[in-house]
Amino acid sequence: MHHIVIIGNGISGVTLARHVRKLSDHKITIISSESEFFFSRTALMYVYMGHMKFEHTQPYEKWFWKKNRIHLKKAYVQKVNTDDKTLYLAGGGQLTYDKLVIATGSKPNKFGWPGQDLKGVLGLYHKQDLENLERYAPNNEVCKRAVIVGGGLIGIELAEMLSSRSIPVTFLVRESSFWNGVLPEGESTMINRHILSHHIDLRLSTNLKEIKANDKGRVKSVIIEETKEEIACDLVGLTAGVSPNIDFLKSSKIALGKGVLVNRQLETNVKDVFAIGDCAEQQKAIGNRQPIESVWYTGRMMGETLAQTLCGNRRSYKPGHWFNSAKFFDIEYQTYGWVHGMKGKPEYEEQFHWIHKDDDKCITVAYHKNTRLFLGINTFGIRMRHEIFDRWLTEERDVDYVMEHLEEANFDPEFYSRYENQILKAFTNRLQTV
Amino acid sequence: MSLAKPDALHITNAQKIGIITGVTGLFIMVLALFNVEFPSKGLFLVLSIGLVATGVIVYTRSAYLHKLEGIKNDGTWFKSVSSRGIWGWIIGLILTGFYIVLYFFPEYLGLASEGTANTGLISLFDPLSELLSGRPASQWFVYGTLYTLAILAFGYKFILKYRHNRYQQLRTISVMFFQLAFAFLIPEVMYVMNNNLPYYDMKSIWPLNYYIFDEWSVNAFISAGNLGLGLLIFGILSVFVITPILTFKYGKRWYCSWVCGCGGLAETAGDPFRHLSSKKLSAWRLERWLIHVVLVFSVVMTTAVVYSYLGYDHNHFWLTRGVFISLVVGLLSFVFFGVMYFKRQEFGKDAKYGAIGFFVLIALLLIMHFTGTTDKLFYINSGSLRSAYGLYIGSIFSGVIGTGFYPILGNRVWCRFGCPMAAILGFQQRLFSKFRITTNGGQCISCGNCSTYCEMGIDVRAYAQKGENIVRSSCVGCGICAAVCPRGVLKLENDSLNGRINANEILLGNDVDLIKLLNKN
Repeated sequence: MHHIVIIGNGISGVTLARHVRKLSDHKITIISSESEFFFSRTALMYVYMGHMKFEHTQPYEKWFWKKNRIHLKKAYVQKVNTDDKTLYLAGGGQLTYDKLVIATGSKPNKFGWPGQDLKGVLGLYHKQDLENLERYAPNNEVCKRAVIVGGGLIGIELAEMLSSRSIPVTFLVRESSFWNGVLPEGESTMINRHILSHHIDLRLSTNLKEIKANDKGRVKSVIIEETKEEIACDLVGLTAGVSPNIDFLKSSKIALGKGVLVNRQLETNVKDVFAIGDCAEQQKAIGNRQPIESVWYTGRMMGETLAQTLCGNRRSYKPGHWFNSAKFFDIEYQTYGWVHGMKGKPEYEEQFHWIHKDDDKCITVAYHKNTRLFLGINTFGIRMRHEIFDRWLTEERDVDYVMEHLEEANFDPEFYSRYENQILKAFTNRLQTV
Repeated sequence: MSLAKPDALHITNAQKIGIITGVTGLFIMVLALFNVEFPSKGLFLVLSIGLVATGVIVYTRSAYLHKLEGIKNDGTWFKSVSSRGIWGWIIGLILTGFYIVLYFFPEYLGLASEGTANTGLISLFDPLSELLSGRPASQWFVYGTLYTLAILAFGYKFILKYRHNRYQQLRTISVMFFQLAFAFLIPEVMYVMNNNLPYYDMKSIWPLNYYIFDEWSVNAFISAGNLGLGLLIFGILSVFVITPILTFKYGKRWYCSWVCGCGGLAETAGDPFRHLSSKKLSAWRLERWLIHVVLVFSVVMTTAVVYSYLGYDHNHFWLTRGVFISLVVGLLSFVFFGVMYFKRQEFGKDAKYGAIGFFVLIALLLIMHFTGTTDKLFYINSGSLRSAYGLYIGSIFSGVIGTGFYPILGNRVWCRFGCPMAAILGFQQRLFSKFRITTNGGQCISCGNCSTYCEMGIDVRAYAQKGENIVRSSCVGCGICAAVCPRGVLKLENDSLNGRINANEILLGNDVDLIKLLNKN
């Protein structure tokens, strides 16, 4: 029996612990400085919006941890000594391990903007960020305007959160269109229009120059790089991506890149030390994936995989077909396989785009322009079945098959309008006119 | 974490006007309650009902129509009324008080004693009752009218709240229709046609309708000629034929969230309280015991009641006490042995013990009937059994607690913990139905919206995050979990029985070899 210590109680670490418990009798300790119990990070927004209370974001009741003999320790790990397998905790404690798993996740990016550490400047990642948000933006009297910097998934969530409390939002997006590094143009521009329809002051191709403070050290305004315009605000949300939360490992012997460097078995350079989730960096990227994948699902998969290794069945991290999802205000998004935005679109990738006249539903299907192999689909406002697309990708179906059978993949609630015929018609017409 | 309640969720002026209008309508009823004399009862009744309806409509339009279509749960846990705040408790107390008076002290509502005219609130409703059936109102007529008004007005609100979701709209239109037509208008029309008929809401099925097989009720049906006999046969068919077929095809939702009046009120007026149901495992344990105890109670009670008015003589009527008891024992044994043989692997340990315990109890008592000499089935006077059921289950559980506690315990307390009809439908839904909530592969992010907004207290997320379909006896198929899911993970559907219950170790999207290794499907 080993003592497995997991630093971080997010989805990666907790999935790992659950699976290790199913497979073995190892002693398991999870350390977190953020929260006593595991909660769903992606759900923090709903707490601020009043859809849920914080306890609703916790997937397991308190008895769960005791019953499964998973020890929870609320502490901050300051230093890791891999020679004597000891963790040094803030406040003086120590803890020894047989196997160490680093699952510490990420922290919001800051790019050296003047004023980025002022009171009233925050990211949206940790539970503490939510508490700060509640302090600096409880309502539209305390916070007369908020400025969000960074046009990605967290930025748009923060915009939705603030507008749920009627706080006016200015949304600074560096790119010429929302998230167009990832989304094809038709989708990205539809989301631009949707953001505007929610009365968000969306500023595309706009960068932050600096954040100004009032005499109490709190945010007063931001200055726009391009126009030098000053926008008065009481809150600045920095949502320009995240990076691995691994500063505490800098003094250790564990090899670091941007994240904790791991091989395909999720092992670091030091024996008995592993890393999973979005603090881990693959030495070599897997397929079209990023070396660091900061997605809920990949964190979970790494946890599932590493549990096997720790229980005597050494396995590689071999994720299946790519999938992801998000929600942009009222529009749900799902993706299966690979559909590229303008950035990094391979030369062979051809795309078919269909948009509904209501401007709240669209799909983009990517296929190989020579072989017509189906590569992936993005779907907005129409739910689709993961299982079906996973199968079609495995079976290497061509795009014509996928378009003709799209109906099988529909996952919308019963009695919803169906669009497969319209989509197929548009697809066929396009082929004839090309 | 202590979160200050934000004050930014101001209500608009139009919403304030709506609230004032609605409260004015209710105030007219309060005045009537205290015997304020109105110049014209008919006019003031129309005014009162009209103001309540208008108030809800004005409030609703202002709350939803100027916003884009989508989920409208902003601030749900901040509002006093929907988060067990002071307004939640006040409304809970008023509702509870109303039910206590309605069931136990109808004279305070102005119910006439023999030979006198109604006074107070009930007399305000006399003109409408006279119009519909030519008789003065009773406390049940007042209650029925208010109940229908609540379902119609708040049904409208629900439809606008979910105006992007056709499943929600259609099932709401359905409960509004069934309440207005089947529970409210048709029984009045039937009375006009044949005033021997007992009040009969055709959608209210035994054992929810626990008095349909009472002696007075059966006698009334029979004495009302072919129409009455037809209705009685319909009542029996709906228990043994219609219900099993529809539940097999669509799950219990066809009843609980498309037809039923209790469900109708819960889904419309009760909607602002759906998230207050407890999701704890301990609540689920309590639920399983309680609802099945009520079911056994209702079966025992009905058996005893019917037994008490049947005779011994074959020549008088074919259904004698002996035949009846044999039928009951036969049916129970058929269900019990069938389930134990074909579905035993699907039972948890406590469910098995519970089922065996209940069965042994019923079987033993029935054997005593044949071997003993007592005239009282189960050694209990059936009349006292019947009145205990009516009091504790019919009035206190389903009414006072079931509806009065909406703002405290959530809107489906009765449906979840008490309704014997829901227990039967749920039993069938779990074991013999095509209905399930499908989980969409590996897409769940464990956010918890589904569990939070499940009015039945099902921890939907616990299944979804394991990639497992949700097949639970208590699920009423309201579809709100699927609606509030931000990632399109849940879908209510009727599909083949194969793979309906699917436990997954590793979720879709990971290493296919690992999935094959661990998921033994």
